[in-house]
Amino acid sequence: MSRPLPEDPFIRSLVQRARAAQVNRRHVLQGMGVGAAAMTLAACSTGTGDRPTAATDVSDTEKLVRWDNWSFYLDVDEDTGEYPSLEAFMAETGIEATYAEAVDDNNTYYGKVKDQLQLGQDIGADVVCLTDWMAARMIRFGYTQELDYSNMPNVTANLVPALKDVSFDPGRKHTLPWQGGFAGIAWNKDELPGGLTSVSDLWDPSLKGRVGVLSEMRDTLGCIMQDLGTQIDGDWGDEEFAAAMDVFRTHVESGQIRNIKGNAYTEDLQNKDTIAAIVWSGDITILNFEAGDHWEFAIPSKGGTLWNDNFLVPIGSTHKTNAEKLINHYYDPEIAAIVAAYVNFIPPVVGAKEAMMELDPELAEDQLIFPNDATLANAHVFRSLDAAEEQRYSAEFQSVGLGA
Amino acid sequence: MAFTAFSTGTAKEQAPRRKSKIALLLLLPGILYLLLFFLVPLVALIATSLQEPVPFGDFGQYQTAFRWQNYVEVITTYGDQIIRSFTYALLATIFALLFSYPIAYFIGVKCRQWPLLQNLLLVLVIAPFFISFLLRTLAWKSILADESFIVTGLKALSLMAPDAHFTGTPAAVVFGLTYNFIPFMTLPIYAALERLDTRLLEAGRDLYAKPATSFFKITVPLSMAGIVSGVLLTFIPAAGDYINASSRFLGGSSTSMIGNVIESNFLVSLNYPAAAALSIILMSIILVLVTAYVKRSGTEDLL
Repeated sequence: MSRPLPEDPFIRSLVQRARAAQVNRRHVLQGMGVGAAAMTLAACSTGTGDRPTAATDVSDTEKLVRWDNWSFYLDVDEDTGEYPSLEAFMAETGIEATYAEAVDDNNTYYGKVKDQLQLGQDIGADVVCLTDWMAARMIRFGYTQELDYSNMPNVTANLVPALKDVSFDPGRKHTLPWQGGFAGIAWNKDELPGGLTSVSDLWDPSLKGRVGVLSEMRDTLGCIMQDLGTQIDGDWGDEEFAAAMDVFRTHVESGQIRNIKGNAYTEDLQNKDTIAAIVWSGDITILNFEAGDHWEFAIPSKGGTLWNDNFLVPIGSTHKTNAEKLINHYYDPEIAAIVAAYVNFIPPVVGAKEAMMELDPELAEDQLIFPNDATLANAHVFRSLDAAEEQRYSAEFQSVGLGA
Repeated sequence: MAFTAFSTGTAKEQAPRRKSKIALLLLLPGILYLLLFFLVPLVALIATSLQEPVPFGDFGQYQTAFRWQNYVEVITTYGDQIIRSFTYALLATIFALLFSYPIAYFIGVKCRQWPLLQNLLLVLVIAPFFISFLLRTLAWKSILADESFIVTGLKALSLMAPDAHFTGTPAAVVFGLTYNFIPFMTLPIYAALERLDTRLLEAGRDLYAKPATSFFKITVPLSMAGIVSGVLLTFIPAAGDYINASSRFLGGSSTSMIGNVIESNFLVSLNYPAAAALSIILMSIILVLVTAYVKRSGTEDLL
């Protein structure tokens, strides 16, 4: 992964995509192998199975930690392909860390690894960052290991109080926030110099076929529901969901919405297949940094969504202590500031803002990284769904993407 | 042993029987392999396709049952995608055949005098295989993107509407399928045409057959074996393909094929019964179509 990329930007982007595809394919193959075995077993059993047990920790003998994460989600040195904050971790602890941009979408990642998780096997990662609701599902099924705070003094000291206790993980026994962020709208400044203010601006006829949305149901529908006036963290039900689904379905079927994608939406923005989209806040800053300053992000006037991605240690990981040391490393305010300066998402670390003041005072005032109360007031968390709702809503959301 | 082939019928039948135990022993690994890696997964797949959701269970939990309604549900929900898959696969097969036959004919018949050129051209046909097919499809996505010179060029020439785009359309998916399967079509046809006895064509000319007549009466029938295997090698994987039609590659939400539906149900919605039922339906339709096709082409001994 650390080989230098070719100079030519076209070849370079091809190679990068191919690498991403390779990682994905490896995971798919792993999943398929285990999947076949699991299915044969499932065919004989009731299919629900017992909760898996945690793997034995061999961190003391194997100085290794493997981290699966989303793309554009860790500070990277463009020239060497190395991750400075991760290099610092390796130098400090002597633990070899590998980093893979293996997560494109919560659902597809879960789909790839769930069979191994169910059997309590190693999924090829010791620590993974997944969004709140997916972390909740992993905890519910017993697919995560309990974290040992004695290995993580920085967490005890620096975790922001607002995130210390969450409904899906009381006392943060299994998960710890990695980054938070907003879903909102972004547009190509060259094509749309006037900019956009609300989600309904995306439905303008002049943008037909040039709009992208996220395959993350909670973000896409969360933005649409708020545009229709629903309070997404409030007590809404089928009716409000159906109203937003209607809007979504209409614009997919009419061809207004070109693509429904995970993190790969940045490719569409780059080749201008889409010029306006529902996106994740930090990605746009990185895109501007890497591919020229062409895009702008805004939280929609009627509200965007707020989410957190969480570190968790999969049940089959054999390097839990190393993973905890890694988490601990990223709760050092200075490291958190380095990461935030690159990824432009919200660090969950107390003191990161002060550290950022020294690193880059301008970023310390950036509302997308260190939001104040006024910004936060316009972004909401999608309320948690029960299992039946999740199944029904997700099936409905998927069917639109399949044109069914 | 070569003599037995020329001797009486009874001797022909006796010969294999004498060896039957050894033959069985030699077949054993193959049979075990098929049992373990084909029959068991197939049974598991059928069993999965009949599962029902666990009452009050969590996301993606199913239990053994005999819920045949799964099949009715997926056919009514995804009928369009099933029909679309076979339409796209059929179109791709026809286009691949139209492209491949002249190429194969040129290499296999016209270039016979120059074996070096023949080999070089064959390498050119196979060369794309050296690059991952995901990578090649992604490259096409960039080449056919809205702001690419091809699309902007076509728009400048008014051959495309100003607000039209190519990626995400059925044409792009059929194009991708055709492109990706052309080598699978070309090679078997080449192998058949390479053995074509050109003296037969000369004889046809001597008997005043028009070029078209001798092509359809001599060349095509003699290359039928190649066409049939090329069509099978193209049609079967194309019908189940989920890369070209995926919105990450050349497709969009209006072009999803059965492979995309299965992928989404299996990996995202975790609706295993629906995914399994669709897989079985796909498999059965292909089996029926292929059997009918092979019967009609009269080349049973091919299989």
